[in-house]
Amino acid sequence: MSTILVVLEVRDGSVRPVSHEVLGAARALADESGASVIALATETCAADAAHLGAAGADRVLVGAAERHSPDGAAATVARVAKENGASCVLLAATARGRDQQGRIAALLDTGFASDCVAIDAKGPVFTRPVFAGKALIKVQIHAGVAVASLRANHFAPAGRTAEAVIESCSSESGKSEVVEISAKSAGRPDVAEAARVISGGRGLGGPENWHLLEKVADAVPGMALGASRAVVDAGWRPHGEQVGQTGKTVSPELYFAVGISGAIQHLAGMSSSKVIVAINRDKEAPIFQHATYGVVGDALEILPALADELQKLGLQ
Amino acid sequence: MVRLFGPNPMNILVCVKRVPATTTRVAILDGKRLNPEGVEFVLNPYDEYAVEEALRRKEAAGTGKVTALSLGTADAQKELRQVLAMGADEAVLLAHAEAGFADAATTARQLEAEIRKRGPFDLLLFGKQAVDRDQHGVGPMVATKLGIPCITEVVNLDIADGKVTAEREVEGGRETVSATLPCAITCQKGLNEPRYANLKGIMAAKKKPLDTVQVDLSGAVVEVLEMAAPAPRPPGRIVGEGAAAVPELLRLLREEAKVL
Repeated sequence: MSTILVVLEVRDGSVRPVSHEVLGAARALADESGASVIALATETCAADAAHLGAAGADRVLVGAAERHSPDGAAATVARVAKENGASCVLLAATARGRDQQGRIAALLDTGFASDCVAIDAKGPVFTRPVFAGKALIKVQIHAGVAVASLRANHFAPAGRTAEAVIESCSSESGKSEVVEISAKSAGRPDVAEAARVISGGRGLGGPENWHLLEKVADAVPGMALGASRAVVDAGWRPHGEQVGQTGKTVSPELYFAVGISGAIQHLAGMSSSKVIVAINRDKEAPIFQHATYGVVGDALEILPALADELQKLGLQ
Repeated sequence: MVRLFGPNPMNILVCVKRVPATTTRVAILDGKRLNPEGVEFVLNPYDEYAVEEALRRKEAAGTGKVTALSLGTADAQKELRQVLAMGADEAVLLAHAEAGFADAATTARQLEAEIRKRGPFDLLLFGKQAVDRDQHGVGPMVATKLGIPCITEVVNLDIADGKVTAEREVEGGRETVSATLPCAITCQKGLNEPRYANLKGIMAAKKKPLDTVQVDLSGAVVEVLEMAAPAPRPPGRIVGEGAAAVPELLRLLREEAKVL
């Protein structure tokens, strides 16, 4: 029986939620071909048999490494893939997944598909954006094993009732090691993973007005902050928040573009969002051509009203 | 092949790519590829940080050499001349008419072979991704094939006594990774502020060595079956003007779009 191998992403001893989406995608692939799903954490972590089983895993292997080594982890994944005859290795298209996919493919002497938004089990054929989403390509990997990373918010955990079998495994050592992870802004999700995003641009007038965006984000659970390239280049906001072709490509359920005119490189990074709300004082701004809902007017006047109304809703 | 020379990285390789500018409107040819007609090609934006870092490391060491390497079409000589004008010492173009469509594994194989021939290098620098295929894979693939460590998407880099400490942005924070030379680094925006080539640099670049080597790209394992434009968004609408439009906007988000 063939195997789909999912690389779990561990932070602070726990499996990150984005890995449950990858498990769901693996489950769908496995059910189509009669394969089993092995989930692998290359470092020690708390693995919940019921939770990971429900998301789609049949077996869970937990490595012995105390710390993440980028090259060591890839070697562990390649070894487990070979031992189990994996036909497919799936990761989340996160900072870690992007780091790992090429290494794993190199060790398995194959190719990979990065940041996939859909998988057709026949092939399998992977659909992924290129040019930051200005086009989509479908690729097939002609080798015994395919490696692919999957974008957040595009695949769902399996949601079945099943318990995974948890086993331990050894970890390979490497020549590099993560020595520290420092968390930034308290509690707010990262713009690349969030299901809801509010981004600001030059129309906010200056960095001193960002509290208006933050107030809106505070009223909506799980809302992340984003920014246009113009305001990042101007030093108003950190690069980690930049949405667009030289920043992060996002596809949340809900995207607010506030005071952002809609340059092509910004549109490339967010136009696959499910619902786009544009707030801009220029009714001719290109962003309105891409918005589901538009409000014409001054962001500094509209944002406080938006925050007030959202607070009244008491969203959980 | 790759070995450590001394306390400071001096022999540095920087890998670069010619890509469509981010302002490009993508038109598709034969259902499989970008129509290059009318497209402005530039040095990959993330590679500018890699080139800048290479030059700063050499300047700090006070000695050494920066070699630029690219897999590209013959036209990529323009981008390599730009890198030479910024200050690199020599450049190598692995030329193929279809180079723009090579997948990461094919590209990595070509770069690895050339690095083994031209090395040893102390430090390999890459952009974190090329803004055409957006694969994020060539740097770590090359490093893995060479058996050296690689730190990706780096925003802060410290190298001292052969020890490498790098910071990379991860979701919701920053990660510090340690390694030793020889090492590969893929560069993220924020690492440095790339310089512009000045007139003196542009003149000097004309006399710097730029080797062109024809390569064979057969045997790719990743096949592109199709390239298509994303599905058009359903037409939207203007809800209203000013703060007065907010209640109606929220009603639509809750009742029509069901996203709140």
